[in-house]
Amino acid sequence: MKRKFIWVAVLAAFALIAAACGGDDEVDVSDFRVAIVAPSASNDLAFTQSIVDAVDALGIEPAVTDGTFVVEDAAAAIRGYAEEGYDLVLAHGSQYGGSLSEIAAEFPEVSFAWGTSAETFGLDNVYSYEAASDEGGYVMGVMAAGLSSTGNIGVVGPVETGDAKLYVDGFIAGAASAGATATAVYTGSFSDVALASETAQSFASAGADVLTGTAQMVVGAVGVANDEGILWFGTQANQTELAPNIVVASQVYHWEVILEDIIEQVQDGQLGGEIYKITLDNEGLVIEFNEDFDLPDEVRQAGEDAIEGIKDGSISTG
Amino acid sequence: MSDLFTQSAIVAVVAGGIRLAVPLLVASLGETYGQRSGVLNLGVDGIMLLGAFGGYYTVLKTGSPWIGLLVGVGIGVIMGLVSALMAVTLKAEQGISGIGVFLFGLGFSDLLFQKWVGTPRPITKFPKLDIPGLSDIPWLGEMFFQHSVVIYLAFAAIPLSMWVINKTTFGMNIRAVGENPEAADSLGVSVSRIRWATVTIGGTLAGIAGAILAIDLGIFQQNITNAQGFIAIALVYFGAWRPLGIMLGSLLYGLVNALVLQMKVLEIIPTDWSDIAAMTPAVITILALVVVATRFSPPSALTKPFTRGA
Repeated sequence: MKRKFIWVAVLAAFALIAAACGGDDEVDVSDFRVAIVAPSASNDLAFTQSIVDAVDALGIEPAVTDGTFVVEDAAAAIRGYAEEGYDLVLAHGSQYGGSLSEIAAEFPEVSFAWGTSAETFGLDNVYSYEAASDEGGYVMGVMAAGLSSTGNIGVVGPVETGDAKLYVDGFIAGAASAGATATAVYTGSFSDVALASETAQSFASAGADVLTGTAQMVVGAVGVANDEGILWFGTQANQTELAPNIVVASQVYHWEVILEDIIEQVQDGQLGGEIYKITLDNEGLVIEFNEDFDLPDEVRQAGEDAIEGIKDGSISTG
Repeated sequence: MSDLFTQSAIVAVVAGGIRLAVPLLVASLGETYGQRSGVLNLGVDGIMLLGAFGGYYTVLKTGSPWIGLLVGVGIGVIMGLVSALMAVTLKAEQGISGIGVFLFGLGFSDLLFQKWVGTPRPITKFPKLDIPGLSDIPWLGEMFFQHSVVIYLAFAAIPLSMWVINKTTFGMNIRAVGENPEAADSLGVSVSRIRWATVTIGGTLAGIAGAILAIDLGIFQQNITNAQGFIAIALVYFGAWRPLGIMLGSLLYGLVNALVLQMKVLEIIPTDWSDIAAMTPAVITILALVVVATRFSPPSALTKPFTRGA
C-alpha cells in the first residue's frame, strides 16, 4: 500500500511538473487583442511585414493600420486602438515615439510597445523593442566579401537612422573584416522605389557584383540586381521569392521571440517599462539561406562562423 | 572626383536621368493640357498610383506589359473623366477636389494591392529597344539609344504636344479657354467641352505615367509614385506651361537625381551628407521655379471655374 502511494505521488509530481512546463512554453492568447500601427504595407517583405508575421506566428489575428507614413495618421490610429481597449498596441516605427509618449500617458491602463527604440519615456505602460540588425548585417557582409570577385559591393539604404543604419554599418564592418569594401548610399527616402532602383543601377554601372539594402523601397533595387545578375542579401524579411536566382540569404526578424514575453507580462499585470532586443543569440534574428542558391561551402562556413562568433561574443560588429 | 568623368559614370548619369525623368515628363505633359485650359488637377499623383497598380496587376496576370499599359490608359481616361466632372461640370474647388482624387488613388491602389496581390511579385518589364545604327555609337549609344520602348514614345509625345497646342484649332481653343474663357465662349467655343477634353487627356497621361513607372520598375509597392505626381505639377510651372520647357525641367530633375546618386556611389559625396544631398533636386527645382515665376505668367483663367454670363 505504501509503495503504491509512492508511485501515485511520483506520477502526480510528474504531472504537475509537466503542466507547469507546458504553461511556460505557451502563452494563452485567446481573447488577447493586439493592434499594429505601421508605416508601410503589411506585405512589404520588409519592416512592417516582420511585425505582422510575428503576431500571426503567436496565433493572434491582429488589427492592423498600415501605410501610416504620416505620423499624424499613425497617432490617430494608436489613439483609436487605445480607446477601443486593445490589450497591446504596437506602434511599429521609431518615428512614432513623440506621439506615443503623449498618448500612452493618457491611457495608463493600456499597454503599448514600440520600436525600434530603446526608450520607454519612463512610462510604466510602454515597452520598447529594437533589433540588433548590425549582427545579421555583419554576417551578410562577411559572406558578400567571400562572393564578390570585383571587390565592389553596394548597399542601398533609406535614411541614415535607426535600424537601417545599424544594418548598413554592420554590413560594412562585416565586409571589411573579410578584406572587402562596401559602399553605402542612402537615398533619403524609405518609400522611393524608383530612386532605390536607380541607386542599384548606379552600383551596377560602377561594377558592383554584390548588393544589399534595407527598408521597404528595396523591392526596386532587387529587380535591378536580378536583371543585371548581381547577388543580393536581404534583411527584415525573407526576400528570396522576389528573385530566387540572386538572393543569397536574408536576415529575418522574428519579433515573436520577444512579443511572447511582452504578452505574458501584460497578462500578469505589468504593462510596460522594459526594453527588448532581438539578436542572433536569442533567435529573434535568423539568417535564412536561399537553399536553391549554389552557395560555396567556404562562404557559408564563413557566415556560420560569424554567427557563432557574434553569439559567443568573440566578434564585435561595431 | 575624377571617377565622375569616366565613360561609365557619365553614361550612367545620363541614362539614369532619362529613366527617372520619363514618368514625370508624361504626367507633366498631361497636366499641361488641363492647366492651359484653366483647370488645375492636383489629383495627378492619385491617378498615377491607380494607373501603376492597374498596369502592374494586368502584367502580373497576363504577362504582357503592353496590355498593362492599355489598362493604365483606361484607368487614366476614367479618372480624367471623374476629375473633369468635379472640376468643370460641378465646379468644385479645384485644389480640394484634386486632393480628394489623390487620396482616393493612394488608398484604393493600396487596398487593391493588398487584397489582390499581397506580397510584391516581380513582373515582365517593357522590352528594351536598341536603335539600329545608333545604339552602337560610343557614349551616345548607351546614353540615348538603349532604353525601353516606352521611353522613346514618351519623348515622341513632346513634339506631338507642341504641334497640338500651338498649331491646331483644338490647341488654339485650349489656349483661348485658359486665357479668356468669356471671349472664347462668345466666339462659339464650348468652354466646358474643351476643359472636359483637356482634363481627360491629363488623366489619361497620368494613368500612362503610373503604368510606365510600375512596369518599367517591374514591381508595385504602396505609394510607389512617392509624390511624383506633385513634382509633375511643379514641373508644369517650371516649364512655363510649354512642352519643351517641361521636357527640360523633367530632364533636369532626373539628371540631378542621377548625378547625386552616382556621386554617392563613387563616394564623392560622403555618406554623412547623403540626406542633405537627397534634397538637391528639390532645391534646384524650387530655385528654378522662382526664376520662371518672375518671367512667365500662368494662364489667366487657371483654377477659375467658368459660368456663362457670371
